[in-house]
Amino acid sequence: MNRLPRRLSLLLLVLLAALALFPAWGPLAFSAKYAFLLQKLTGIMILAILAMSLDLLVGVAGLVSLGHAAFFGLGGYMLALLSPQYEAANAWVVLPAAMGAVAAVSAVVGFLAIRTAGIYFIMVTLAFGQMGYYFFNDSKLAGGSDGAYIYVKPNVEAFGITLVNLESKQAFFFVVLGCLVAVYLWLRVVLASPFGRVLAAIGVNEGRVRGLGFNPMVYKLVAFALAGALAGLAGFLAATQYGFVSPAMLGWHQSGHVLVMVILGGMGTLFGPVLGAFILELAHFGLEAVTEHWLLPMGVLVITIVLALPKGVAGLLLQWCGKKGEGEP
Amino acid sequence: MDFWFFLIQVLNGVQYGLLLFLVASGLTLIFGIMGIINLAHGAFYMLGAYLAYWLARTTGSLGAAVLLSLPIAAAIGYGIEALLVRTLYRRDHLDQVLLTYGLILIFNEATRMIWGADVHGVAVPAALNWSIRLTDTLSYPVYRLMLSGVCAVLAVGMYLVITRTRFGMWVRAGASNRDMVAALGINVKLLFGVVFALGAALAGLAGAISTPITSVAPGMGDSVLILCFVVVVIGGVGSIKGAFLGAMLIGLADTFGKVFAPDFASFTVYGVMAAVLLWKPRGLFS
Repeated sequence: MNRLPRRLSLLLLVLLAALALFPAWGPLAFSAKYAFLLQKLTGIMILAILAMSLDLLVGVAGLVSLGHAAFFGLGGYMLALLSPQYEAANAWVVLPAAMGAVAAVSAVVGFLAIRTAGIYFIMVTLAFGQMGYYFFNDSKLAGGSDGAYIYVKPNVEAFGITLVNLESKQAFFFVVLGCLVAVYLWLRVVLASPFGRVLAAIGVNEGRVRGLGFNPMVYKLVAFALAGALAGLAGFLAATQYGFVSPAMLGWHQSGHVLVMVILGGMGTLFGPVLGAFILELAHFGLEAVTEHWLLPMGVLVITIVLALPKGVAGLLLQWCGKKGEGEP
Repeated sequence: MDFWFFLIQVLNGVQYGLLLFLVASGLTLIFGIMGIINLAHGAFYMLGAYLAYWLARTTGSLGAAVLLSLPIAAAIGYGIEALLVRTLYRRDHLDQVLLTYGLILIFNEATRMIWGADVHGVAVPAALNWSIRLTDTLSYPVYRLMLSGVCAVLAVGMYLVITRTRFGMWVRAGASNRDMVAALGINVKLLFGVVFALGAALAGLAGAISTPITSVAPGMGDSVLILCFVVVVIGGVGSIKGAFLGAMLIGLADTFGKVFAPDFASFTVYGVMAAVLLWKPRGLFS
């Protein structure tokens, strides 16, 4: 992955700044609705992390997974299962444990799924995703179809001092924002590394990569486990935010929804899926406020974007930068 | 294990499998042969069911409703192909996913706006509303048998049309090399439009005739859609024979799963699918 055009970097930084400063300008602009919007934006950022993790598979490695929400849900369920009932769990213990468990499960699923390719890969990941859904839906492990509550949010402390109070919506907003930026930067580093280069090459032409002496299976498997662990992080954050997990987190609807964010935003760009998450969720929110039949204009919006923007929103932005850039002396 | 009870489960499984095949065969044409990932296929199933429900109430006859809903579903299918899908043949598969996802949203919401969010039911036609007695305590409804019969006839018909007729040959040829078939003087645009309409009509028919045994509700196409993709993929993409075998396998797995392991019924279907694909990563027939 190359460096972003400067104009685009600036645009993204401005958007990021506007988001980071929301607690400052939000109360003035929205007054009564501010608290609600703060939570809404936190939720969108969590989905944006999930979308980026899926982009590593879909956009970079060419592995279209329709079961990615299973790892999202599993991350959330890990928090629910590891939290003591009426006490705070120690975030330093439960977060690594949750992400580790999700990475392990996704490595096993990945090991089985990468034997197939193309549409078969989509279907195998769908099958595993649905198995995960029914596992939590049908078992009594964590509330079955009713889901489970996390009564007390995890504790982030060092030497007995609370570093961040996750009960504070504002503090949690910044924690999630920090995670979003960290995951983005970390994935940029990964993609710029030799590992990332080979992975991207697999997405373009797997046969040629094999011809160069690399084993694509190893790279795909590591990517699958990495993407799973990051989806687990997003699920962990979602469970922390809502204090609730349910099987719906794992279902194919959720997986499809995130896949739409990735395609709509622009595959393989990392920032595109983040934009896709914001566009889709804010459109949902805005249309819902106007009409109860918001799904209808939403469908029209999705179709219009597909027909008008073949490479998603990111493609449009890159084109905008590229054309201007070439024209300059 | 009582023999008759077992037989009824087999009959139910086969009947469900045949119904799935009817929907999945349309998907095989569109997805397997034309190469379009059509997530809106389940929406045509739902459309067929709603049309049958609405027309049965208007005309008073389910048979007439089913026959009337067929051309309507086909026409809507043709219109969607001509307006939207046609622009995507040369684009990435994922663009098709996105477009047809948008269509699902529109279909689901439009049905909710037209017919409301309530769950509707359709009565079994009086002439078919009786059962065959198997033992003192067990009997089998005739409507389900008739449903199986209709699906079986259509299954055979589909197979013959695709493998034995000139039209089927064009479709298969057009799918593997569009430009070559166009160069031979065949109107590929029209051909693909007709295939899409045919697929929509098959899904709509399945939805229409299944109304007496299922409930008509918004979003009912979604679960059917996923099962159809499962069927098409385990059968081997593009193979009518494979879709048939896959549908039988899933129909029986689902029915027996529900009877013997009710807690893990839905798990069985996906377990079967994962097992088949791990054994044969490209499906049974490919």
